[in-house]
Amino acid sequence: MSVIQVTDLKKSYGGIHALSGCSMTFEDKAINGLIGPNGSGKTTLFNVITGYETADSGQVSLRGQDITNAKPDEVFEQGIGRTFQITRIFPRLTVLENVHVAAQRQGFVAQARGWDSAAERERAMEVLEFVGLARLAPEIAGDLSYGQQKLLEFAFITMARPSVILLDEPAGGVNPSLLRHISDRIRALNSEGVTFIIVEHDMEFVMRLCDQVLVMHQGSALTSGPPEQVRSDPAVLEAYLGTGPKEGS
Amino acid sequence: MLILQAIIDGILIGGFYALMAAGLTLVFGVMEIVNFAQGILVVLGAYLSYALYSHLHIDPFLGLLITLPAMFLVGVVIYWTMIKPIRRDRVIMSLLTMFAVGTVIEGILDLIFTSNLVQTTTSYVNSSVQIGSLIFPEIYLYSFAMAVVLLSALYWLLYRTKFGRNLRAAMQNPTAARMVGIDIDRISAFTLGIGVSLAAAGGMVFGSTNSFDAASSYDLISRLLAIVIFGGFGSLSGALVASIVMLVIEDVVAVVWSPTWGQTTFYLVLILVLLVRPQGLFGRTAVRAQ
Amino acid sequence: MTATEIAPVGAASPQHVPYRPPRAVRYGATAGLLVLLIAFPLVLPNPTVTSIGVFTMIYLIAAIGWNIFSGYSGYISIGHAAYYGIGQYTVALITIHAHLPGGWGLFGLLPVAGVVSALASIPIGFLLLRVRRHTFIVLTIAIMFILQLLAFNLTRFTNGSGGLTMPFPTWTGNFFNMPFYYVGLLAAVVAGAAAWWIRRSKYGLGLFAIRDDEERARGLGIKVTRSKLIAYAASAFFVGIAGGLYAPFVGSVYPQFAFDPTFDLAVAVLVFVGGIGTLSGPVLGALVLIPLQQYFYLQFGNANLYLIAYGVLFILILRLLPGGIVPGVTSAWRARLVARARARQEDTRPEDTGLKDDAGQKGRA
Repeated sequence: MSVIQVTDLKKSYGGIHALSGCSMTFEDKAINGLIGPNGSGKTTLFNVITGYETADSGQVSLRGQDITNAKPDEVFEQGIGRTFQITRIFPRLTVLENVHVAAQRQGFVAQARGWDSAAERERAMEVLEFVGLARLAPEIAGDLSYGQQKLLEFAFITMARPSVILLDEPAGGVNPSLLRHISDRIRALNSEGVTFIIVEHDMEFVMRLCDQVLVMHQGSALTSGPPEQVRSDPAVLEAYLGTGPKEGS
Repeated sequence: MLILQAIIDGILIGGFYALMAAGLTLVFGVMEIVNFAQGILVVLGAYLSYALYSHLHIDPFLGLLITLPAMFLVGVVIYWTMIKPIRRDRVIMSLLTMFAVGTVIEGILDLIFTSNLVQTTTSYVNSSVQIGSLIFPEIYLYSFAMAVVLLSALYWLLYRTKFGRNLRAAMQNPTAARMVGIDIDRISAFTLGIGVSLAAAGGMVFGSTNSFDAASSYDLISRLLAIVIFGGFGSLSGALVASIVMLVIEDVVAVVWSPTWGQTTFYLVLILVLLVRPQGLFGRTAVRAQ
Repeated sequence: MTATEIAPVGAASPQHVPYRPPRAVRYGATAGLLVLLIAFPLVLPNPTVTSIGVFTMIYLIAAIGWNIFSGYSGYISIGHAAYYGIGQYTVALITIHAHLPGGWGLFGLLPVAGVVSALASIPIGFLLLRVRRHTFIVLTIAIMFILQLLAFNLTRFTNGSGGLTMPFPTWTGNFFNMPFYYVGLLAAVVAGAAAWWIRRSKYGLGLFAIRDDEERARGLGIKVTRSKLIAYAASAFFVGIAGGLYAPFVGSVYPQFAFDPTFDLAVAVLVFVGGIGTLSGPVLGALVLIPLQQYFYLQFGNANLYLIAYGVLFILILRLLPGGIVPGVTSAWRARLVARARARQEDTRPEDTGLKDDAGQKGRA
């Protein structure tokens, strides 16, 4: 079963092809790892899927439904949440307010009501509890440490109960104990049926956590499969080490 | 023929507008400062030339040898005393600060020169060269030549010197420039100095071709900002092209329709351009999501 | 938009110290202020003083309105005089063409001035809100100057630089300023209530999210374009009302005073001085600065000395209170509470912090 499928995506900036006909299938209810050397187009792929950039051509579909070039807010409403490589929270709002921003409401009257309705507040505290930030709920988010901000971003993504979560380098700049905490949270959500797509350079983290690993190289899909298989694939090694003359290892 | 004359007038006048606009866009490019005081600084330059001419009988073009360095100093002093100490919300705070500085200068000029309109009327202000049925006012010819000289000097400074290379580096990426040891403060102070002396050069011509007082600055700053937006904020070539386009449109509309609608037409063109290209003609495109 | 530095007080504090004064203090202060404002012209009925009061109310309405858009969303507009002018011309043109007499009836036109301004702001906002930061700021100014030029040029409508003259009410003596003052106060209270409502609504939270990081907000389902446009129209509404009050008070409308570049900056300054994005900031800014400005004006009569004094004062405030009065005072007050709480905890064993700082980095990279 696939949840997100991208078909022949192309995106270029000037003469640089960030995506050159990328086709991939992400497994539903799985933890998908997306790896590849720097500049292979992983973040661009995330941006195109989540509507931050428009593809030049190609298709993105969510459970068979076409969401190519939908706007970021529409993508989020469809149940796809994402984090950024450099954590992006709302630094001048409180931690609790940050989480409430992601709560979805429709209609004029609902928008005009106070932001902290009882039901939403309960959900927000539950989400903060889940990542271990409940105690800091009334603090200004910009005062949090880098790791705490990372958790906060993760927390508010889950506020609207997305079915797919895209994480862009969740392990970057994070200490080992926090990293373990983050992977625990990912597994816990995954066991409730949430699909993850994770871009990460920390191979150990990817191999330990992911059910399926997809490899990108020069803007398109190179290979995919279970972690062990990808790990031992010579093509992957070559992609990382460059396409120079082959040498025995 | 009238239209051709209007186009020529527009190009000639556009030359010295380009000087003032170049100062504005350069300062923005390096420091992200919208120099709201540029209008009043032009008027200050005009008054300096006027005072030198009417009291000491120094020809305004010759007087630039005095006013340009003096105004350069004004820019440097404004940078060190007003802009440098700003710590937070730099973009908006510097804009408001420059507005406040402009208000003070306006008050001082009004105090010294009163609000009677004056004009620097040199012997060649009202004389002109005629070729066929086309008329070239001498003052505009001289000022256009001066604009070409000064702008060429500016381009030489920016693209042929080490200082210019550092300055362009600072325009593109201040953080990186700082890391490779470029002294951003010195560059910024110098840039504001250049920006203000360009205003003075433009002001000299403005004061010779218009009767003005301190309140003339509002009309000037609105025109200059419009030019700079049209060309794209921070783009020098954009400012040059936009100055000439603006003045040509104004003069042509004035001839074929009515002088009162000249400036309005330019603003309407500006809006149309921005509908298609929000970043202006030569502006850099929006930054990617990440 | 830009993220400003935040005093790192909160994270290190052993237990949460609230950022705002207790509710009783806030509500008490609001009520007290309201009583003072209601009593003011009764205690000091001198027309010179009450006319300062009327100007203060006009700027207060405008400042609160401006803050709803620029303060909440972070998009700084230096062109809201566009709506000040539209409000003035709306009231003046209706009065003149309908041959309305001066007096109470004209106040009925205030909501009309607001609605016309808000309607005009929608296409303008649609155009402007495509750009950000400096380009946005400068475009707002450009729009204001376009409208000023139109007011000069459309002489059939506006009588150009000759201006429009409005009928004066027949009120006399000390009473003349009173209706303007109290109607202004009422409008300011309505504006304040709207600002308060938006601040605590779900919609308002979205605006604040846009201020902090527009793209991130969009990625959390916030309809950013619509949100910004609504806030822009709401602020135009109140600034239009301020203009609608000004025109009958001074009895005339001229292009350069209706679409007045100094009005734009004056309003921005008030809010910056008080504390941008806060509820009390614009109120405090207007109540402190406008009387001061009017005093300078009366004191130095001569326009140039007034300009110098105002400019210098403005520079000093920007230098000494860069974040505004309200944030400055509240953060100093909170820092004291935090220090006290920490001192109290000094002896007791520091709490186990569980997952905390990694490498102690703060904020965004």
